[in-house]
Amino acid sequence: MGHISKSEVEKVADLARLDLTEAEKSLFGGQLSQILDYVDQLQTVSTEGVSLTSSVAEIQSEWREDVVVPGLTVEQALANAPESNQGLFVVPKILGK
Amino acid sequence: MSLFKLTLKDLQGKFIRGEISAVEIVRSYLLRLTQVEPKIKAYVTLRDKESLLTQAGAIDQSLRGWRKTQPLMAMPLAIKDNICTKGLRTTCSSRILDEFVPPYDATVMARLNTHQPLILGKTNLDEFAMGSSTEHSAYGPSRNPWNQKYIPGGSSGGSAAAVAADECVAALGSDTGGSIRQPAACCGVVGLKPTYGRVSRYGLVAFASSLDQIGPITKTVTDAAMLLNVIAGHDLLDSTSSRQDVPDFTKALKKRDVKKLVIGVPQEYFAEGLDSEVNGKVQEAIRTLQDLGGTIKEISLPFTEKAIATYYLIATAEASSNLARYDGVKFGLRAKESKELAEMYRQTRSQGFGPEVKRRIMLGTYALSAGYYEAYYAKAQAVRTLIQQDFSDAFQNVDVLVSPVMPTPAFPLGERLEDPLQMYLSDVYTIPSSLAGIPAISIPCGFSTMGLPIGVQIMGRPFDELIVLRVAHAYEQATTWHTKRPVIRS
Repeated sequence: MGHISKSEVEKVADLARLDLTEAEKSLFGGQLSQILDYVDQLQTVSTEGVSLTSSVAEIQSEWREDVVVPGLTVEQALANAPESNQGLFVVPKILGK
Repeated sequence: MSLFKLTLKDLQGKFIRGEISAVEIVRSYLLRLTQVEPKIKAYVTLRDKESLLTQAGAIDQSLRGWRKTQPLMAMPLAIKDNICTKGLRTTCSSRILDEFVPPYDATVMARLNTHQPLILGKTNLDEFAMGSSTEHSAYGPSRNPWNQKYIPGGSSGGSAAAVAADECVAALGSDTGGSIRQPAACCGVVGLKPTYGRVSRYGLVAFASSLDQIGPITKTVTDAAMLLNVIAGHDLLDSTSSRQDVPDFTKALKKRDVKKLVIGVPQEYFAEGLDSEVNGKVQEAIRTLQDLGGTIKEISLPFTEKAIATYYLIATAEASSNLARYDGVKFGLRAKESKELAEMYRQTRSQGFGPEVKRRIMLGTYALSAGYYEAYYAKAQAVRTLIQQDFSDAFQNVDVLVSPVMPTPAFPLGERLEDPLQMYLSDVYTIPSSLAGIPAISIPCGFSTMGLPIGVQIMGRPFDELIVLRVAHAYEQATTWHTKRPVIRS
């Protein structure tokens, strides 16, 4: 694996919804390649039959009574919104022309 | 003696006995902040002076007649700026949350607030807690109170610097791969990462959800136990918080020896790359524990060397998912003049995130992307199981593990900023216990010839903070390192 090409950097940036400058593409390309070279050492570890750990917590389903508890008011929920109108979040148009 | 020099326990004692008022506490700390904060830059946001004095006045008024206090009442605390505080700006040291004022309190804040502490302000961190030096803060780095040309550590560097510089009596930090313990070591204070699940994460801005944990940064082990008593416990709002019983952690402090305890020394933590001065001080600490009655046993944690690679895949994968919420719609920065939605997402995120956050989102997105998921993310999850197994095997034979906290003392500001991998390697001794979710504490164990603090780490079994605190306290009481404070010329 190792080296990550400019087109791969662009693809990953697109997946992550980031616009990178040319300088950032070249910087991150180099740094990510270096980091990926480092993490490649995991490939030398034999993990056949080893279970995957996604959390160390003993997670169990929590049951509770279906009762209404106080939550944020509309005003509180909208207080940090960059733009809102009549109790709704406003966003730029979603579909093209 | 100035009030701001006291430990939490001593300040609390004076206040409970009625020897000092809440207003006197606030005045003392406001003066201290005026003197040293311009040099240390521990805080992102300071509480308004008038509102602090008003709150303190109200506390004093309420105690007239019948003096009924609570353990943290009127205690001046600092809170890491990734913990949501209702009505008080919470930035994560990121431009993208520069103006964010949470409409709710994190569970730890709700718990603290039942005691009516004095929250002095919100402390600096590496943006979204991603870093080991606070140099990745959008507001600039905090300084090490022992030498202002050096990093305070990170990511909870502001909290550690504030405690070390007497700019608060105690603080909360958060630890994902060492972010409480490493800055505590750099600044010569105590930092405790509780067991994963011991403290609710509700309202802690998520970085890597399977690793993040809130904990105290304090002047002494006793103070850490006092704070943990208040913040620990199950919370319905965090499905990963544990229903394990919460003991009175200050009970761990009664015994001042470590008799009958087996203290493991993992050989992998003393291998190549460890600074000789740090090694010397940690070895001295181990000898002290032996003198206190502990049985020293050398052990091996063979997967230690794979921990950093494992961590930087798991933590970045989780981060890339958690940070997808910063899209400029419901809160936070929105890029101006975007004509359509997808463009607005990209421009907002590109303008709002700093370089380290972008780098980690990129790495995490790559590790989760089609074709690489199995080789990177799933592989790291499997190795995480092996690392966890290392610890559970070790704890069959030992009660605690003792190691350095970081391979070197604090490094100079700027030294590793251009080399992310080098920065990551400074977390080599704190990351394995984070991956295993076990409790670990950093306490001061000496100074380098440069005069920079050095820390020793004590790790314990899951939910066995009592033993970790007992060993740390016994060591602390047998030494004088915790009484040293930096001289900051005002």
